[in-house]
Amino acid sequence: MLVKLSVNGEKHEANVEPRLLLVHMIREVLRLTGTHIGCDTTHCGACTILVDGQPAKSCTMFAVQAQGKQLMTVEGLEQNGKLHPLQEGFMAEHGLQCGYCTPGMLMTSYAFLKKHPKPSEDDIRWAISGNLCRCTGYVNIVKAVQHAAAAISQGGA
Amino acid sequence: MALRTSPEVGGMGHSIKRKEDPRFIRGKGTYVDDVQLPGMLYLDIVRSPHAHAKIVKIDAAKAMAVPGVLAVITGQDLAKYNLHWMPTLMSDTQMVLPVEKVMYQAQEVAAVLATSRYAAADGAAAVEVQYDPLPVVVDPKKALEPGAPVLRTDKKDKKDNHIWHWEWGDKGATDRAFGEAAVTVKEDIYLPRIHVASIETCGCVAHFDRVNDKLTVWMTTQAPHAIRTVFALVAGHVGLAEHKIRIISPDIGGGFGGKVPVYPGYVIAVAASVLTGKPVKWIEDRMENLQADSFARDYHITAELAAKKDGTLTALRIKTLADHGYTDAAANPSKFPAGLFHVCTGSYDLKAAHVEVDGAYTNKPPGGIAYRCSFRVTEAVHTIERMVDLMAHQLNIDPADFRMKNFVKPEQFPYKSALGWEYDSGNYGGALKKAMDTIGYADLRREQAEKRKRGQLMGIGISSFTEIVGAGPSKHFDILGLKMFDSCEIRVHPTGKAIARFGTKSQGQGHETTYAQILAEELGIPAQDIQVEEGDTDTAPYGLGTYASRSTPVAGAAAAVAARKVRDKARKIAAYLLEVAEDDLVWEPGKFSVKGAPSKSKTIQDIAFAAYTNHPQGMEAGLEAVSYYDPPNLTYPFGSYICVVDIDSGTGEVKVRRFVAIDDCGNIINPMIVQGQVHGGLTMGLAPALYEEISYDEIGNVRGGSFIDYLVPTAVETPKWETGHTVTPSPHHPLGAKGVGESATVGAPAAIANAVVDALWYLGVRHIDIPITPAKVWKLLREKGVTE
Repeated sequence: MLVKLSVNGEKHEANVEPRLLLVHMIREVLRLTGTHIGCDTTHCGACTILVDGQPAKSCTMFAVQAQGKQLMTVEGLEQNGKLHPLQEGFMAEHGLQCGYCTPGMLMTSYAFLKKHPKPSEDDIRWAISGNLCRCTGYVNIVKAVQHAAAAISQGGA
Repeated sequence: MALRTSPEVGGMGHSIKRKEDPRFIRGKGTYVDDVQLPGMLYLDIVRSPHAHAKIVKIDAAKAMAVPGVLAVITGQDLAKYNLHWMPTLMSDTQMVLPVEKVMYQAQEVAAVLATSRYAAADGAAAVEVQYDPLPVVVDPKKALEPGAPVLRTDKKDKKDNHIWHWEWGDKGATDRAFGEAAVTVKEDIYLPRIHVASIETCGCVAHFDRVNDKLTVWMTTQAPHAIRTVFALVAGHVGLAEHKIRIISPDIGGGFGGKVPVYPGYVIAVAASVLTGKPVKWIEDRMENLQADSFARDYHITAELAAKKDGTLTALRIKTLADHGYTDAAANPSKFPAGLFHVCTGSYDLKAAHVEVDGAYTNKPPGGIAYRCSFRVTEAVHTIERMVDLMAHQLNIDPADFRMKNFVKPEQFPYKSALGWEYDSGNYGGALKKAMDTIGYADLRREQAEKRKRGQLMGIGISSFTEIVGAGPSKHFDILGLKMFDSCEIRVHPTGKAIARFGTKSQGQGHETTYAQILAEELGIPAQDIQVEEGDTDTAPYGLGTYASRSTPVAGAAAAVAARKVRDKARKIAAYLLEVAEDDLVWEPGKFSVKGAPSKSKTIQDIAFAAYTNHPQGMEAGLEAVSYYDPPNLTYPFGSYICVVDIDSGTGEVKVRRFVAIDDCGNIINPMIVQGQVHGGLTMGLAPALYEEISYDEIGNVRGGSFIDYLVPTAVETPKWETGHTVTPSPHHPLGAKGVGESATVGAPAAIANAVVDALWYLGVRHIDIPITPAKVWKLLREKGVTE
């Protein structure tokens, strides 16, 4: 089936099997390997991307379900050589270790901060509870999101 | 430790930002599944639904009819090359693919090679296997009973399921101490099967280049060099020689011990690539990862602790049954089948101890690896910390006072434990006092007493653990005969920048940053100017890899030693350039200056340039060094954790309200990274304490085999960790450093379990096995007459 979609503002089309998972289209057809796979049951969130601005676990969507949609992946966060405040926040607060869950965490947090620009710590913890991290113990991820929220409210992005 | 370098140089003690982060936050890391090669084939694996069954027939016809499927590989195929069995690290044997029977649910039965990931999966689903079920042995106690079905029928003379018996310590002295003891406590403690569940699963891309006769394997491995040697030893007879094997461990999405073993999937992928001459990718999914990869723990422990009437501890006696699954595929140093379990006297000055462990075969997956811990150290720490708490409560002495009384005292170091370890340094009372002050221990005890009057369940738990990391001295430590040294090679370029390569492999620990900081400390070259590389066996010096918190204690020491060799040569060059004797030079990080004439100096960058452009006659050009460091002893990080829990008497749910962790890992390289390691370790301590377990029903069906029922904690369950430090440098490590990545995983579960039992002791509860689930607590509360 022919799928036409946009990823990070760039238009793509590809002929794919109807059962091709969206995450495989992103990673293996479009070769954007920042989106990761960590489970088969939609629990870990490593594959989280944005579909028309909403976070979605791309391992549980078919590519054909993204027909005509605007997707955003971790590769789309940096704009014109400028990192997004979330990316800065994760580095500044040591919000990542092995880096495998990081793209999914960033995308979930990105969508969350759009809706909740001044979140409490509890809000953040609930927001990222669909994304598992095995390395950091989450404390610094929460700080990273707070760091980004502060930067954005001061006009960072 | 006082800072010796500026933030710009970024030596030890600076929280410099991580050098690996710019690629990870852009999604530009290269993990194994990101490797895509032209013409790459895909491997998928058919797995057994039975825990024990004869393979009657494998029918590949329907699978071969699937478009894109090229081959169905069975044990019979591998047997032609004698590759159907492989040795384990513990000198047992493990099936790559079975010929006669399967031994656990989810065991590999056949592999399908296809042109795409999806075709391979279709093919695997279409392979028809006929099984003849055999009696299943799940319980290791029953496995050792007379008349139990003998599982390892492949071993000709094997008449039972007993693997080995191991014991350590002075049995006579221990038994005597128990005979004389005024008070003893005894408890059965089970540490269940768990899984590291790194967010990246395991996999590889194997590429055999027929033109150059060279095998390259990108592989999720924590020990690439050892893997290369194992491959050469195991597959030498089919023409794979060690100089023609290159293992590349790319970015690794968490390891925690789970990426030390060689899994059958790797071997099949290599065999498939060698046979086809094409690159072959094998990536396991999460269910395969949890159900078939190496487990951790599964220790059935019976412990006894003896004390005098005044509460002075005297002796410890432990008997343990270790469930190894169908083969002993643990990852321990060869000499120690139960790892370093005999560090089980912990932080306490015991006069006698004796420990026995028996290994048993069952119809479960093999393993016995670590779960972010040094070899079997969590098992040891959990046991002693539970037992000490039990004794304190039994004697009605506050558990903190009781620990203070029985700790090994600072002046006793170096301390020889009753089981023969020489603890290098420690100040256990200092860490516990700091933890008590931080959390407000006395106030919490008052609050607890008040709440108890109102029937509210609140507990305070302590764990004062001692770790044992940095394996290890070559006299006692080897894996398959390979001594457990590690290595660093440094090359300083003419312009004063450097590259350093190591025998270890980071899986998130931040080696690219911390190793650069060690070198910055020793050479004064800014950390930003030092490129750190590991994981490619064609370029890095040989080392045993990263696990058991050995990177800083062993490879970090190698970095310091290699840097000092570079500095020795730099001193000669500086003396030549400044026209003074070497003894007239004074070193400060980054330059040599003339004694009494500090304006006459040469920076390390000047010296590096001279090493290639103007070196003394008779000296070789260049500024390089390598060190293969053989540690004189292990390092003994320690800490004291205090945890406060509230228990919902209606649901049985345990909520960790506060958790203070005071760690001592000696001198700290990067405080930000150390704190991050402790946060992560604490979360992997919380996980098995309250949530995670892989169990089996009576016919060997796995429970906890996916993220649906294997409960990795999310940000919601995880408390806001409160961390702090004391600093007791290791006297024998060149930097005074110890390992830290695993301390918290080792120490935290006992603090949580002790807190829960502390809350329920007054009801008559003496012990609860982890994970302490709401169901377990709810049931106990009802038994004790607590209703809500």
